[in-house]
Amino acid sequence: MTEKATIGTARKREIHAGFIPLSDCAPLVIASELGFDRQHGFSLALHREASWANIRDKVDVGALDCAHMLAPMPIAAHLGLGRATVPIIAPMALSLNGNAITVSTRLYEDMRAADEPATLAGGMQAAEALAKVVRTRQAAGREPLTFGMVYPFSCHNYDLRYWLAAAGIDPDNDVNIVVVPPPLIAENLKAGRVDGFCVGQPWNSVAVAEADGVIVATKSQLWAMSPEKVLGVREVFAEREPELVRDLVRAIVAAGRWLDEPANRKDAARILARPEYIGVAEEILARPLTGALKCGGHQADIVDPDLVVFHRGFANFPWRSHAIWLMTQMIRWGQVREPFNLEAVAERVYRTDLYREAMAGEKDAAPASDYKPEGSDNGSSHPHFFGGERFDPATALTYLDRLPIRHAGAEIEAFATLNR
Amino acid sequence: MQPSDPDSTLKILVIDENPIRRAIIEAGLKEAGFTAVTMLANTTRLVDHIYNLDPDVVLIDLENPSRDVLEQMFQVSRTVRRPIAMFVDRSEKSEIEAAIDAGVSAYIVDGLKKERVKPILDMTVSRFHAFNRLRAELDEVKSALKDRKIIEKAKGILMKSRGVDEDKAYDLLRKTAMSQGKRIADVAQALVSAVDLLKDQG
Repeated sequence: MTEKATIGTARKREIHAGFIPLSDCAPLVIASELGFDRQHGFSLALHREASWANIRDKVDVGALDCAHMLAPMPIAAHLGLGRATVPIIAPMALSLNGNAITVSTRLYEDMRAADEPATLAGGMQAAEALAKVVRTRQAAGREPLTFGMVYPFSCHNYDLRYWLAAAGIDPDNDVNIVVVPPPLIAENLKAGRVDGFCVGQPWNSVAVAEADGVIVATKSQLWAMSPEKVLGVREVFAEREPELVRDLVRAIVAAGRWLDEPANRKDAARILARPEYIGVAEEILARPLTGALKCGGHQADIVDPDLVVFHRGFANFPWRSHAIWLMTQMIRWGQVREPFNLEAVAERVYRTDLYREAMAGEKDAAPASDYKPEGSDNGSSHPHFFGGERFDPATALTYLDRLPIRHAGAEIEAFATLNR
Repeated sequence: MQPSDPDSTLKILVIDENPIRRAIIEAGLKEAGFTAVTMLANTTRLVDHIYNLDPDVVLIDLENPSRDVLEQMFQVSRTVRRPIAMFVDRSEKSEIEAAIDAGVSAYIVDGLKKERVKPILDMTVSRFHAFNRLRAELDEVKSALKDRKIIEKAKGILMKSRGVDEDKAYDLLRKTAMSQGKRIADVAQALVSAVDLLKDQG
């Protein structure tokens, strides 16, 4: 890692982007491989990184201009959580959905024994079966189960916690939650060091193939069209190179469009399988990408074109309501205690204005509003949101207050005066 | 540094999967008088190791995916006895850049003075650079060796098919390379690939 990004090198139409080997790095890889970058008059240099901490730090010092980021990362950076960095903004989202919750064969058998119909139904219902296992283990004085996820400020962490809490399992007290790097997750499941995890693809499918893991829930089952990865850009870079960032957004949108043609997903799997990108067998990568997922165990295979979405349904729009939802979860789990105004942070970090500017003139460029409610009766074609829940970004704190379990240190009241 | 120097008692944990680089760093720390150094190659049960060791300083290479495991640990204070912060948070921008450029990251316990840790990080950064240079040189040697092998092969093909001697064969390669503005090894590679291709089809 000696490459320096565009700092100081005047007007070089070159962008350095970091990515983590996960299926949803596809928009960056495809933009580069299929030449959407050159079509838009710049060249995209991709850097594969080993950890989200590396992504954050390299974007911070300017070794990278932008990166494949977990949707909460730019928000966490803005709030100074984990480690303070230079401001990072999200001018677009890279993908929706894509995660899944996988459990070990042992835990899966316990879940089936406790509640077979709920287990086989999968999704939110599978957590009901898990809750019975957790309570039986507690009554017998056995060690709590351990679940893995990838990073404290990740949708995986919040998805897993939401899923557990919805069934009455306190993620901070009834189970252990640890970080496991995705490439090591199958090995950890096999060795019994974790009993389950929430991670992006292809690592769930790798665990099914290599460690007999069983996928019991996909993110698309929990929350249709839910936030996952964004393009995180150094704010100073976006200010200094507005045209270049506009071209970058357009090129990645073009890549997203290409990726959302079902016929192209197999080609995408072939490209992503290469060692410089993900380095996992094409056949395993193709499962979640083509929307035909083998879940293992006795779970029915899933056929769902929404397993991961790269463009359609305004998937690239950086919804400020998504940002607000992510912040409610940061507050819920005690990651942030110092009160702030949620909407102000969403506006500063999720830059819908930059996305609209870049996409101006295109058909179906962007939705009319920066915010949208989630849940059963919002009129969208993909209505479900964590079972029967509803989320209205205008009353985020009321929603947060209604949620069943929260971290002992979560202080929702403190936010009230700043969020009227 | 004298053994009596209190800094020699700083507990340092080095996490690096590369055995050569690990040895270089360990030697560097020992030479500088640090005696409480633990080297870790395997990151399974990393959390347990850190809990048992209770280190003052953790050094980890940036290629190690377990950096995210550390981040989580230091977020949740109950998993470690003492809060640990990233060294870079208290450093000059240039120091952060130097560490990232070299490919290493450091974490230190809260309250530990920056000056006490700086020599450790400086030494590590310079040794990481030395290792990178070593690796670059090794790559160069390897590719030179590969070039030589392919040129030998191409010469053999020319000697056989054109009935020339070794010097003449080399001369042919050299002239072609010059006229095409290419490296001799690239011309040799093209020739070998072409011959392989014809063989496959035959």
